[in-house]
Amino acid sequence: MIRHVATWKPVLIGLVSLTSLLYALPSLIGGVPSWWPGWLPSQVIHRGLDLQGGLHLLKRVETDKALEQTAENLADEIKGALRADRLRYRGIERVDMTTISLKLSEASDLVKIREILKTTVPNLVLTETSSQEWMLQIPPEEQRTIRRFAVDQSIQTIRSRIDQFGVSEPTIQRQGEERILIQLPGLKDPDRAKDIIGRTARLEFKMVDEKGDLAGALSGRVPPGDILLYGETLDRTTGKKTRQPYLLKKRTVLSGDLLTDARVNIDGQFNEPYVSIVFNRQGGRKFAQITGDHVKERMAIVLDNMVYSAPVIQEKIAGGRAQITGNFTPEEAHDLAIVLRAGALPAPIHTLEERTVGPTLGSDSVQQGLMSILIGGALVLAFMVLYYKGFGLLANIAVIVNIIILMAVLASMQATLTLPGIAGVVLLLGMSVDANVLIFERIREELKVGKTPRAAIDHGYSKAFYTIVDANLTTLITAVVLYQFGTGPVRGFAVTLSLGILASMFTAIFMTRVILTMFLGNRRLSALSL
Amino acid sequence: MRIFRNRPHYDFVSLRRITFAISGILLLISLGSMMVRGLNYGIDFSGGTLIQLRFPEAAPIKEVRKTLTALDYGDLVIQEFGSPEEIMVRVEKQPKDSDEQAKMSKTIVDALNPLAGDKGVEMRRVEFVGPQVGSELRTQGIMAVIYSMIAILAYVAWRFELRFAYGAVLALMHDITITVGFFSIMQKEFTLVVVAALLTVIGYSLNDTIVVYDRIREEMKRLRKHPMTTIINEAVNRTLSRTLVTSLTTILVLCALLLFGGEVIHDFALTLFLGVLIGTYSSIFVASPVVLLLDRSGGKPATPAKKESKEMQGEPSSG
Repeated sequence: MIRHVATWKPVLIGLVSLTSLLYALPSLIGGVPSWWPGWLPSQVIHRGLDLQGGLHLLKRVETDKALEQTAENLADEIKGALRADRLRYRGIERVDMTTISLKLSEASDLVKIREILKTTVPNLVLTETSSQEWMLQIPPEEQRTIRRFAVDQSIQTIRSRIDQFGVSEPTIQRQGEERILIQLPGLKDPDRAKDIIGRTARLEFKMVDEKGDLAGALSGRVPPGDILLYGETLDRTTGKKTRQPYLLKKRTVLSGDLLTDARVNIDGQFNEPYVSIVFNRQGGRKFAQITGDHVKERMAIVLDNMVYSAPVIQEKIAGGRAQITGNFTPEEAHDLAIVLRAGALPAPIHTLEERTVGPTLGSDSVQQGLMSILIGGALVLAFMVLYYKGFGLLANIAVIVNIIILMAVLASMQATLTLPGIAGVVLLLGMSVDANVLIFERIREELKVGKTPRAAIDHGYSKAFYTIVDANLTTLITAVVLYQFGTGPVRGFAVTLSLGILASMFTAIFMTRVILTMFLGNRRLSALSL
Repeated sequence: MRIFRNRPHYDFVSLRRITFAISGILLLISLGSMMVRGLNYGIDFSGGTLIQLRFPEAAPIKEVRKTLTALDYGDLVIQEFGSPEEIMVRVEKQPKDSDEQAKMSKTIVDALNPLAGDKGVEMRRVEFVGPQVGSELRTQGIMAVIYSMIAILAYVAWRFELRFAYGAVLALMHDITITVGFFSIMQKEFTLVVVAALLTVIGYSLNDTIVVYDRIREEMKRLRKHPMTTIINEAVNRTLSRTLVTSLTTILVLCALLLFGGEVIHDFALTLFLGVLIGTYSSIFVASPVVLLLDRSGGKPATPAKKESKEMQGEPSSG
């Protein structure tokens, strides 16, 4: 019997192998070489955070606080509007996250108040509980919008902070309702990055209550309308921290949202860095007015409820510039300027999950991973040749091409290789020979019952085929579940495993068969090297 | 080279009483340990902080313990990790808020720096998982195992018969229970990575089982007149050298991973190693005999096996 191999088969195999090699090469030699022509593929497999070091953070935005803040602002707005029209009421305050209570007296002009409410806060739902008290509530769909907006804005703010901090290829994405996933590869100083991301950065200017009783406030009797906050000073030589209390007026006279710029400057006299801020036109006007009204009083600069300084206002400050001093190191001043420029987070964010891998551990993992791939691979290849001789060699070619195809696909997808991903490759080395083992064992069986070598090969391949498909499909099913369930690194493992299995169907079944048929050609066979 | 010079003719099926007993004992020990000692959940599932640090020289574990205990962080696990220079510190979950805990790593590194001389300690890895995420991951892990079981049950029932599907799933539960049991007995840390490895074991063990089942189906056509015991014995024997060769190549690479893959991947490799061993055993000694137990065509086969298969029908499902 004369055997023909359709020409397209070896051509297809050659094409696939060559293309794969071209795609895999940049990743294999660790980067695109300088002589690499531009028209050749230049994508490389990225290293995951666990291999190159970096920071993985899962944050939750406390959107309740954003709602609270919105309700607070609305209450202020109503207060302003009622005052502007000189309408009488007994009191107005936020009672819970979404509700504002408006206390009325007999002198209140209910008709006019109703009108004012309709024009200033048309979105709120008004319930006239009694003639004494009305309730205003943020409706549910509005609540959802506020929450969603808070998360979107947090993402934007975090992105702009990270961009200014300087991290290449950061990943910042929303996850679920109120979570944000942040991945920063190749960081040198994760602690600083963590700090920059997590800081709320609410900058507020408040007046010091000069007449208030600080001692009384410290023992728990804070005067109404006041707030007790602390400042911290660190003595750099002794490393000791001292806390200083300030009694401030609760009302924020000016806040950081009116900033246009923040820069680090170095004080000429003490050689100490400080942050200079520039207000926008509205902020500058407000700042000039406040400083003009409160000459010789102290104004506290408060960041995230910490008093940085409380200088005495010497004169009216026009031009809209101010300085924040506070005993900073250059890094601290630099980071503070970044968060002030990027703006405050609309709500505090909390860490749900954090995984940091140092750069040295990452490169150790790569080396150990490669080492186990090489040794594991060598063991399997050696075993196959010992056990199946010539056919073992054939299986080995298939395994090597299998790995190259896998790398090529990963590179072209610009996939990320993680440590479990490497483990997947190692495991694949062991499992991908399975298809060939099944075929070869079947051929041996057929030979034993007295079939001729060629008939044995034919039967071996055709009988093993369905077994291989069945067995691999079930493994694929578990890989898909693994992908669904897994996060980050685990997904990498599922991807390498399933891609590898798919590639092995091509190499172990199709490719070995074609090579075998071509090699045997029309030779008369008496025995197989099996 | 061959494992068997001639085709093996082991009577696996009659060994089932012994192997069921062995499996039963292993399962009892595993389940017992899980109930009594429980699992040593890693921070992925229990929440907490894990910090891997490297000292310039061998880490002074005693001093480290003293320094960290003074920080008053509650329950601490401090142990060598891979080499004498490296240590792993694990801080259990505690009622403080999550941001406090996230800052903990810095505090700990700062506190330990004086112990390491001029160079200071090197931060190799920090993992913090909040309690909420921990319980989510636990649920996800359990669901993943259940989903894959259902998917497999459906696929095998569709490709083969329902009793094959039961056999496959029983064998998988057997493998997982014993592997998890090992983690409970040794009180080794049970992490997200271990769960991923378990799912891989499911894939591998199933692969093995399917190969044997495929052969049983084939032999059922070829040896139509023969009793199920003969058919199963034939199928297992004929696939035996393939089963052993594939297990061997997989075990070879897993050994490489265990020995050279580094400490971070160690538990992953160990789980796979155990799972592959148990999975190989179960596809021969659990998955196939279960098919026999669930065989309802007991009347058909020739006389010698009749008595036995009747006896089988009387027995309740596997022990």
